[in-house]
Amino acid sequence: MIEVKKLKKTFGRYAALHGVDLKVETGELIALLGPSGSGKTTLLRLIAGLEFADAEGGEILFDGQPVSDRPVGQRGVGFMFQSYALFRHLSVFENVAFGLRVRPSKTRPKETDLKARVNDLLQLVQLGDLGKRYPAQLSGGQRQRVALARALAIDPSVLLLDEPFGALDAKVRKELRRWLRELQRRLGLTTVFVTHDQEEALEIADRVVIMSTGRIEQIGTPQEVYDHPATPFVMEFLGEVNRMATTPTDTKNGASTYVRPHDIGLRRERTNGGAEELEAVVKLLIVRGANGRVELERIDNGERVEAQLSRARLEELNLKEGERVFIELLNAHSLVVDYSI
Amino acid sequence: MRQKGMVNETHSSDSPRSGEIPEGRGRLPTVKPGVHPWTHWFFYPPESSMRVLPTRVRVLNFAAALGLIALALYLPFTRLETTWNWLAVYRYREKFLQGYLLTIGLSVAALILSTVFGVISALAGRARFLPLRYVNRIYVDLVRGTPLLVQILILYYVTANALGVTDRNVAGVIILSMSYGAYISEVIRAGIESVGKSQLESAKAIGLNTTQTYRYVIFPQALRQIMPSLAGQLVSLIKDSALLSIISVSEFTKNAQETGNITFSILECYLPLAAGYLILTLPISFLTRYLEGRSRFET
Repeated sequence: MIEVKKLKKTFGRYAALHGVDLKVETGELIALLGPSGSGKTTLLRLIAGLEFADAEGGEILFDGQPVSDRPVGQRGVGFMFQSYALFRHLSVFENVAFGLRVRPSKTRPKETDLKARVNDLLQLVQLGDLGKRYPAQLSGGQRQRVALARALAIDPSVLLLDEPFGALDAKVRKELRRWLRELQRRLGLTTVFVTHDQEEALEIADRVVIMSTGRIEQIGTPQEVYDHPATPFVMEFLGEVNRMATTPTDTKNGASTYVRPHDIGLRRERTNGGAEELEAVVKLLIVRGANGRVELERIDNGERVEAQLSRARLEELNLKEGERVFIELLNAHSLVVDYSI
Repeated sequence: MRQKGMVNETHSSDSPRSGEIPEGRGRLPTVKPGVHPWTHWFFYPPESSMRVLPTRVRVLNFAAALGLIALALYLPFTRLETTWNWLAVYRYREKFLQGYLLTIGLSVAALILSTVFGVISALAGRARFLPLRYVNRIYVDLVRGTPLLVQILILYYVTANALGVTDRNVAGVIILSMSYGAYISEVIRAGIESVGKSQLESAKAIGLNTTQTYRYVIFPQALRQIMPSLAGQLVSLIKDSALLSIISVSEFTKNAQETGNITFSILECYLPLAAGYLILTLPISFLTRYLEGRSRFET
């Protein structure tokens, strides 16, 4: 279990973290999600011990033990770098074995045990027969798995991954992240990873920590943060969204309504005179693949609204550009923009 | 051989090598159709590496260039009105040989010692203890800012004298090493800095201490960057050992000068002198070029 309490970090005059609190349960897979400059990597590096918090800048506990003063080598963490940072002059096998070889003789495993352990790890990351290769002779995905095996070799209690899929191309990314998810489940290892890709975070994490400008905006399961975003930032960061001014559903003062394009329904007729319906003109229709996008303009205030409908529904409606339709907000979020941030 | 294997591996889009190898490397540049066939013998685009050209083209062009330079060097000699007296100089071949061997000895000893100085100085430049860093900086700037000849004179007649070092050869080696240590420390510093920060952090992350990090992670990788520059420094060192003749070290240049003064056959002494240095330096220059090519591939 990792506990982070009121963690503060300043680089020169730039405050990267403004007192962050976080609790990661044992065996959990947590994603730190946010745009660049949100402090997610800083938080990860502080947990790892690659950076240290400000004086009086909070506390980090592993299983209840304070580790804030320990450097990275003494925290029992496996850290995987975005660039992988494999040792270029060592073979794949030696890269993985290295963390064990350099231990003091008391805790160093015997050569036969070491070989067995490294080979097990290489099997685990599906690189069993590539032990003799050098990092330069591997593909990006293979390098990433060597980096992972190296991080696991020291038998860490916590696994920390900095943008683990950042340097891979789209196809390999998707394969590897599912594979990593399964591996993490199998090992039951408490894992924190950093990403700026919301799809990645929502797909594999048990809980997502959404960060912005050195603060945590929301913590929750992918379902929670997607369906019940706490702030406009979370709403906007987790996918495309329409931000609309006053609508019939507005309740709070100064609130805006946020609706995702796929949460908008279109009808030809007013159904029951419901207050949730707005009238709009179809401005643009784009059908591509299984879905279509409709750009609309509200008649009451001229606001642009984007809707996403299935191809079947669009064909059923048979809309033309310039026609009038009724908008139904299937799932609207009323959120107040906090200008104090 | 190894490079070719790597080029062949770049077919996959996920290959780590794609994008690192400039396009066209490993393939012969093509010449536009319609130009005169002789063009294939002499003209290639500037970015085409000499290594990939056909051997006959390389041999022909090398011979042509060598011929031109030899002619330019030879022509002035035809205007000289001297009678060559090689025999007089040949009688002093023992003296030449002794000087030559001493030059080699001095250079090798100075290279080893200056590398030691260079490593110490480079480490001082990265020390936690700040005065050490300034010692490194001042040392490097003093050496690089003054002529070697001046350093030799001051260090020999003042410092070595005060320290009671009487052996000229020993003093010479130490002075050369002091000077080259500063340059080599800069070479080593650049080599260490070429090993990325994330390499150091990942070494720390898997539990290496500072000494282990230097020993197993930084030095092995930095060495590859350092080797070509270090070989280049050896070339300079061999040439600059000639300056030790100013403090009467009887190395190659000093002995050639002396023979010239005795026999009055100045040119007959200096031509073998130049050739002698070239025999030492050219192979090292080739080695440097080879190492540079290798370090470019194996990043």
